[in-house]
Amino acid sequence: MSTTLPGYHDLELDAEGFLQKPEQWNEELAAQIAHECGVTELTDKHWQVIRFMRERFLTTGTAPTIRSLGKESGVPIKELYQLFPKGPAKLAAKIGGIPKPHGCI
Amino acid sequence: MTRILVLGAGTAGTIMANRLRRLYAPEVRDKRMSITVVDQDDEHVYQPGLLFIPFGGYSPDQVVRPRREQLHPDVSYVQQSIARVETIENTVYLGDNTRLRYDVLIVATGARVVPSETDGLTGPGWRQKTFDFYTLDGANALARTLADWPGGRLVVDIVEMPIKCPVAPLEFAFLADAFFTKRGIRDKVRITYVTPLDSAFTKATCARALTHLLAEKGIELVTEFNAGRVDGEAGTLFSWDDREIPFDLLVTVPVHMGAEFVSRSPGLGDDMDFVTTDPHTLQSAAAPNVFAIGDAANLPVSKAGSVAHFEAEILEENVRRFLAGEPLRPEFDGHANCFIETGHDKALLIDFNYDVEPLPGKFPIPGIGPMPLLEESRINHLGKRAFKWIYWNVLLPGHDIPGVGPQMSMHGKHQLSN
Repeated sequence: MSTTLPGYHDLELDAEGFLQKPEQWNEELAAQIAHECGVTELTDKHWQVIRFMRERFLTTGTAPTIRSLGKESGVPIKELYQLFPKGPAKLAAKIGGIPKPHGCI
Repeated sequence: MTRILVLGAGTAGTIMANRLRRLYAPEVRDKRMSITVVDQDDEHVYQPGLLFIPFGGYSPDQVVRPRREQLHPDVSYVQQSIARVETIENTVYLGDNTRLRYDVLIVATGARVVPSETDGLTGPGWRQKTFDFYTLDGANALARTLADWPGGRLVVDIVEMPIKCPVAPLEFAFLADAFFTKRGIRDKVRITYVTPLDSAFTKATCARALTHLLAEKGIELVTEFNAGRVDGEAGTLFSWDDREIPFDLLVTVPVHMGAEFVSRSPGLGDDMDFVTTDPHTLQSAAAPNVFAIGDAANLPVSKAGSVAHFEAEILEENVRRFLAGEPLRPEFDGHANCFIETGHDKALLIDFNYDVEPLPGKFPIPGIGPMPLLEESRINHLGKRAFKWIYWNVLLPGHDIPGVGPQMSMHGKHQLSN
């Protein structure tokens, strides 16, 4: 995907489009990233997961794994895959404006 | 007296204890310093050997030695389970309620596989039709089954990253191809490699080489498959997004987590029980006198013995600096070095770090080798087999390997243009 977003000029994105500075994030931007990734509508459930992701990242410095998302976000893993297809932890991080989770090394 | 306490007597813990013993030999001899290692049993498993057991390449007694015997006699060994660490009290609580106080703590308790984290995996069919090979019991059970397996659909699946030795499941698929060819039943076996990653491996240049090898050996590749459930009786692997893969024999690499006591130790670990660790100094986030090394640490690096070995040189220096009141050396670069068995007595060798992908070239002597990087060769296979001797006799006693430094070298490597 592109490393710029229409309407934003000073965003710091990595090669895969993950925001490098979480403070540059806002809800409007989230909706735009989601749209580019094929998530056309952000429901309350989406926001619940996105906010949990951000909060965890901003307090601990690391994004939660899919396992702890399923246990602690209030949304079961199965549903996470419906909300954020293919890789919920990765996609929710991207939409939530935090760097790509390190889990996959 | 200065007390250094090492939790775990696996690859990382054993190397660390022996290196620090050598560094502080006079102090340890004069009882001005003590080095103590704790582990719950006395069986040190040579983990790279587990890969060969299912195919009859090693017998179980060839890969296990007593933990205690790998440690220098001046290092104390305590065989006991660990209840928890209280970093505020500088104390480790053991399973029998004894307490060990420390001045410096090194957590080296590795990673464990937790098959029960996947729904149905340990249910009907466990170790008859569904297996792991990351444990001695799993590898042995699989060896018994593979010896006279009539053929069918073999599925090799990584449940979730991170895992120990990320190349091992690929090697398993390659070796299975060679094994069934040798048994004369390769035409009766369909091998499918299933991974949650978007390609065969985490590093792009390496993934290309490996994808090519999979195709060459007639192994199917299924990517972005996140296994959520197993039905051992029916022989079906389900993903969280409702894809299904049928199998007659499933070889999984189950979910990995850090040691259980980490979850009971305030502030020590993350939600997978890996110790929260600075990626360059190896100091834990919990307290300045606590460090982590090897698979136990939550670093964005391969969980592999070579990594523990490279970390050990940096950590030895940082423990020395910490005790001397000097600033730590932030020099660990994520260096990893792995042999990848590709079957038929050949292997690939890769060398990489946090920032640089595996590149082609020669190793360890630039331009000469003798081992080619990212290329199948017989000498790499011999290197892998010879490594077992090096492991017990050079690595664990804490010696350096000549020509192989802790930080990755760019010498002798070819930069790729793309």
